[in-house]
Amino acid sequence: MTTFALVDGNNFYVSCERVFNPKLEGKPVVVLSNNDGCAVARSSEVKALGVKMGTPWFQMKDLARKHGIIALSSNYTLYADLSNRMMSVLRMFSPDQEVYSIDECFLKLDGFGFDLSAYGQTIRQRVHRWTGIPVCVGIGSSKTLAKLANHVAKKRPQWNGVCDLGALSESELNALMASLEVGEVWGVGRKIQEKLAAMRIHTVLDLKQSDAGRIRRSLSVVVERTVMELRGISCLALEEVAPAKQQIMCSRSFGAPVMLLTELCEAVTSHASRAAEKLRRQVSVAGAIHVFICTSPFREEDPQYSQGLTIPLPDPTSDTKKLVKAVLWGLKQIYRPGFRYAKAGVMLMDLSPVATQQNSLFAEEGADEESAHLMQTMDLINRKMGKDAVFIASAGVRKHWQMKSGNKSPCYTTNWGELAEVRC
Amino acid sequence: MTQNSWGGPRPGSGRKPLSSEPTVTLRVPVSHKETVVALVQRLKSSPGIRIPSWLEVHALAEQPPFLAIPLMSHSVRAGFPSPADDYIEKRIDLNEELIQHREATFFLRVRGHSMVGAGIDDGDELIVDRAISPAHGRIVVAVVDGELTVKRFFQREGVVKLVAESAEFADIEFKDGQEMVIWGVVTKVIKSV
Repeated sequence: MTTFALVDGNNFYVSCERVFNPKLEGKPVVVLSNNDGCAVARSSEVKALGVKMGTPWFQMKDLARKHGIIALSSNYTLYADLSNRMMSVLRMFSPDQEVYSIDECFLKLDGFGFDLSAYGQTIRQRVHRWTGIPVCVGIGSSKTLAKLANHVAKKRPQWNGVCDLGALSESELNALMASLEVGEVWGVGRKIQEKLAAMRIHTVLDLKQSDAGRIRRSLSVVVERTVMELRGISCLALEEVAPAKQQIMCSRSFGAPVMLLTELCEAVTSHASRAAEKLRRQVSVAGAIHVFICTSPFREEDPQYSQGLTIPLPDPTSDTKKLVKAVLWGLKQIYRPGFRYAKAGVMLMDLSPVATQQNSLFAEEGADEESAHLMQTMDLINRKMGKDAVFIASAGVRKHWQMKSGNKSPCYTTNWGELAEVRC
Repeated sequence: MTQNSWGGPRPGSGRKPLSSEPTVTLRVPVSHKETVVALVQRLKSSPGIRIPSWLEVHALAEQPPFLAIPLMSHSVRAGFPSPADDYIEKRIDLNEELIQHREATFFLRVRGHSMVGAGIDDGDELIVDRAISPAHGRIVVAVVDGELTVKRFFQREGVVKLVAESAEFADIEFKDGQEMVIWGVVTKVIKSV
């Protein structure tokens, strides 16, 4: 029988901050998104105050003042390093791992044949001891069940952070499922939940015992698969190698509203450059590039404008110069003066690996190799000398539009000059 | 029967062939005609180049693409081989020598003077391994009043305390019920001299 574990960091970004700043322990802490926009991580104390995920910071300022909520800017450099450490530690516990997101991964525990709850506790203690990150472990015979078990382990303290559904009897499992809303199931979003409610399916148990054929007919084969997974029939396999991304997105909110085309040009050049670098790292080329700009929906008093344009490329490329040229052309098509722009972004689409690429027969000969060498050199310099040591000049030198990160913690683990200090 | 010399094909007559080998008729978009002609011309002028398949036409650059060749440890000579060749080893890697558990190891910078007796000075960097369990007598990083603090760990006969290595600093004792959190164990000190 297959057995999966889902291991997930608790309030991951907040926990990362607490590793190097223990003063934050036991205090209400939120981590804000890029540009200090809205809450992307909340400590349990903040959750208890009723702050929802994604709440804009300005909407919770009063609450923050009243309860002393500490707001931190996001420090993705730190989170990525601690995430890598956590995933490496978890790799010690199973030969098969799927890193599902920055703070969660699936482990396959087939045929381990011993007390998996105890194993889960060992995992939990090891990760916490080694990296400082508290995690919860959910174990079940399908990915969907492991995910559900993880939710139980996290929300119900009596489980002590580890929930193995396989250790429950049929009646115990059904009782537990009857106490959980169907919306807690992996892949059941609000819309599906509404449709299920119309079919009188309210709890996880209702869904598990529903007629799978009827579910397929009135919803989709995906939800039917979820029903099978809830019954312990594993339908979703472990994806050990993350498939190369089909789209690469790079966008940021501006530090202050931007009105000028020149500043927008700088921003999209910079985003396109970053996206192109990611593209080359996964050894792919893009067949099209999309650019978009928009005003802030939170500034209701402002006139609103939001527009995007997809520009197909004559030959698929990963050359920053070509991508920037296309994106600047597109930006000029969609730009309208007189608006206070809050965000701009670039998305690379129609990606394909370089290996399968077929040059158009009459492409400019030799130019591709030359550009590939130039890009390789640029990436190498930037990796060696630091981000943006070399960049396309239209990205601008001053970058007025760059985002705010007012209260960002130091990069404790990746920058020798920013090491955490220890009192002596 | 004798061959009649009248009629039939006359040798040397008609359109002169473009190529020494048989040719075929191809339909090419008008806009691409020039390119194809140029390509064929180039092939004629450098007969050494062969095209294995039409897909690889684009590889016919003026200069062939750079080909990386693995570097050998020494050049091949018809003489005495380098006696050191069997003894080549990679250079010392401090990460390997100084770090036992990569995932659990962190660097911290020292602020203060309470551990001078243990050779830990203000401004030094510490290598701290969180995977090692704290034992009596080891130098540890502990959480005291919400701050990371470096001290020697003392645990004997029910007494648990953090001991400073300088007469000017008092030890920090822990009573029953007080929780002491050990953050990690110090394994090395890095100092500039």
